[in-house]
Amino acid sequence: MSDHSTTVDHVHGHAHGHDPHVAHHFDNAQQQYESGNLGMWLFLITEVMFFGGMFGAYAVYRTWYPDAFEFASTATNIPLGAANTVVLIISSLTMALAVQASQLGQQKKLVTMILLTMLFGSIFLGVKAFEYSEKYHHGHIPGPNFVWHGEGGREVQILFCLYFAMTGMHAVHMVVGLGIMTWLLITAMKGKYSPEYYNPVEITGLYWHFVDIVWIFLFPLLYLI
Amino acid sequence: MSAGTTTHDSAPSGVNYLTNGYSLKSWLLTVDHKRIAILYLISITIFFALGGIFAAAVRLELLTPQGDMMDAETYNKMFTMHGVVMIFFFLIPSVPATLGNFLIPIMVGAKDLAFPKINLLSWYLYIIGGMFGLYVAVSGGIETGWTFYTPYSSTYSNSAVIATAMGAFVAGFSSILTGLNFIVTIHKMRAPGLTWGRLPLFVWAHYATSLIQLLGTPVVAITLVLMMLERAFRIGFFDPALGGDPVLFQHLFWFYSHPAVYIMILPGMGVISEVVTCYSKKGVFGYHFIAGSSLAIAVLGFFVWGHHMYTAGQSTYAGVVFSLITFAVAVPSAVKIFNWTATMYRGSIRVDTPMLYALGFIGLFTVGGVTGVMLATMALDLHLHDTYFVVAHFHFVMVGGMVLAFMSGLHFWWPKMTGKIYPEIWGRVSAVLVFLGFNFTFFPQFLLGYMGMPRRYHAYPEEWQVLHVMSTIGASVLMLGFVLPAIYLTWSVFKGKAAEANPWQAKGLEWNIPSPPPTENFPAPVVVNEEVYAYSHEEVKALV
Amino acid sequence: MQGHVTPTKTYLTIFGALMICTILTVFVRLNLGIKSFAVAIAIALVKATLVILYFMHVKYSHILSKAAVVTSILFLLILLVLVSMDYVSRSWQPRATPWEKHQVLE
Repeated sequence: MSDHSTTVDHVHGHAHGHDPHVAHHFDNAQQQYESGNLGMWLFLITEVMFFGGMFGAYAVYRTWYPDAFEFASTATNIPLGAANTVVLIISSLTMALAVQASQLGQQKKLVTMILLTMLFGSIFLGVKAFEYSEKYHHGHIPGPNFVWHGEGGREVQILFCLYFAMTGMHAVHMVVGLGIMTWLLITAMKGKYSPEYYNPVEITGLYWHFVDIVWIFLFPLLYLI
Repeated sequence: MSAGTTTHDSAPSGVNYLTNGYSLKSWLLTVDHKRIAILYLISITIFFALGGIFAAAVRLELLTPQGDMMDAETYNKMFTMHGVVMIFFFLIPSVPATLGNFLIPIMVGAKDLAFPKINLLSWYLYIIGGMFGLYVAVSGGIETGWTFYTPYSSTYSNSAVIATAMGAFVAGFSSILTGLNFIVTIHKMRAPGLTWGRLPLFVWAHYATSLIQLLGTPVVAITLVLMMLERAFRIGFFDPALGGDPVLFQHLFWFYSHPAVYIMILPGMGVISEVVTCYSKKGVFGYHFIAGSSLAIAVLGFFVWGHHMYTAGQSTYAGVVFSLITFAVAVPSAVKIFNWTATMYRGSIRVDTPMLYALGFIGLFTVGGVTGVMLATMALDLHLHDTYFVVAHFHFVMVGGMVLAFMSGLHFWWPKMTGKIYPEIWGRVSAVLVFLGFNFTFFPQFLLGYMGMPRRYHAYPEEWQVLHVMSTIGASVLMLGFVLPAIYLTWSVFKGKAAEANPWQAKGLEWNIPSPPPTENFPAPVVVNEEVYAYSHEEVKALV
Repeated sequence: MQGHVTPTKTYLTIFGALMICTILTVFVRLNLGIKSFAVAIAIALVKATLVILYFMHVKYSHILSKAAVVTSILFLLILLVLVSMDYVSRSWQPRATPWEKHQVLE
């Protein structure tokens, strides 16, 4: 019985235990790095399922009301949607370059790239706000005051419900992302990240790219109809 | 007996996780998974008591055929609050957040969960969700049923739907974060030598549970958000008046809420695997099958939700598919039952309190499972849908299954968690009371349901009164069976005999460290070089 | 330390491909109208794959990241396919005979 688990001290001898970036309950930096990465990936699974519910609703109503979606296509602003897609992909590129900079220990480039990512993220939200106000002026906000001059008002309204729920949820994720980015920027300016410790930059990047992917699908689903 | 591994610790009288700081702050801001488990234990006990009070109100009203104690609407609020509190604030966090939180890191040989701060955050999210629940309870209640079906919830109900849904939404994130923490811990923090084939089945069960928490919970979260949007701003998704489909709400709701019953039962099955092996002093029969069946239940559980919707306007063809897959889910559950009984076969069995509860679990869960197969049969379900048969089935699985497993595990690991031994005789008395009270409460409900008593009605024809009275008397016994442990377990914390490291001569890493464990669990890094449940003949002989 | 460092050139190539895809999908929409929906979804899938493989480093990363991607796609499909199973097959059901056509048995 007593040999069930024996305590051996040399097993983790290489960990030294003095790395300031390794939390006390991890054996070494590698374990901490892999845990952080896996944690973010698992979180992204939950995000996929979170948006998945709305994609399911979209699929159902699109098959129910194909005509309404065609009528509503006159109300979508394809140029703005396309411009926003480009903006978000650029921000994904700068985010990827930020991760690369942190991997290579290029401090200045890291800060610049985070700043650029935040800038493009904010432009995206600005354009989004403009689109929302445009919809508001046309009375396309679903609810008791919804106005639709074409055919199929009730069915078209469902599309706008989906439009606001999906883009709204996406925008919430963008805002959260910008919040994390602000924290990342402050810590990066303090010089916290190095080729030995860049996990926070990388997993923030994963989140940011995920939000980008959601938009990659929202664009054809809500604009190119 | 486990001296060989504990000698490295300063002394059994040294600082353990309970004595490491006494201030309120040292508890409320702790990142120690064991302290967080205790925080959870206290909070879910409060919610269990609250849910029990609502259940008592329901049973008292049903004592007489007339609706004389409360009107229909108050009654609706009582059963809804019972369901909401018990499901979202007791059953879902029960075993994972308390026993799982306490034991998973120790069982994998780690100092803590992978993300201790996120673990604390998940407790706070749970408490915030719970506060919403309490607010609803004192501010007039909710009467939609715990399922929040639209368009009643989103359009017609006059009660606190949004606050309740917010509570469930926030508590859902607590559940997600717990699951995320477990999966990362099990993947990345296992001690050297602790291969997947050597993990205790409790850990396997929690791995499967966590998968469901991650994959299912976000869907109900977004569904509740859409329902709240519809209610607050008339942004239509589910209300037919706005062009939506209420059946879609049910699809999205049950996509989570059916797998959620596996979130509730799988950790309980993990507890039973540990208890049955320990009290049979025998290696588990069919380790790989039990481990695999947990995963099979978790995955198959996502294919069966439509069996809640046979009468809801879902297509019959879809119903047939859902029905067939539901039958299939019974197979991995049965595998577990057979393997536990085979584990007991020719074992050296001791019927102590945890084992009494475990035996109760095996019997009652089998009844609950088999009646589940009956309900999965479409033709039969058309007759039994929304009757007391469903209520009885659900309670056999959830109370007869999960709550008994929780009680079993709580007694089993109580000496480890508190360092104190509870009075065995009282443990056995309450286990028997729970078993008898439970059967008297819920078996008559099968009969009532089969005769046509619908659920969620506060009045009923007089010929059913005998069965309802039986049920209410049984519920009183059941309540006594739950109050007793609350008293003697609390008593034992202050006055109980001190527990040694391994009072039950069980196998597993948690029994190799002092009771209660030190703050970082293990005095030195662990290496595992033994198979799981390595109970040997020689040892058993020595014990007898 | 741990991860694979992708060269800037790869990032720029992928970025270029994403831009081309975006232009292509808008171009197809403007010329084909709403019928281009399937094309638009196909292009979105290509774009998402590129982002996942290169920007999110899944191509070079641990098997668990790949498993996470596969799992999320799989369970999303379970949700979408089983929900549509109901909606698609609802119209196959025989319609109930209108009430008036039932013969009343005395």
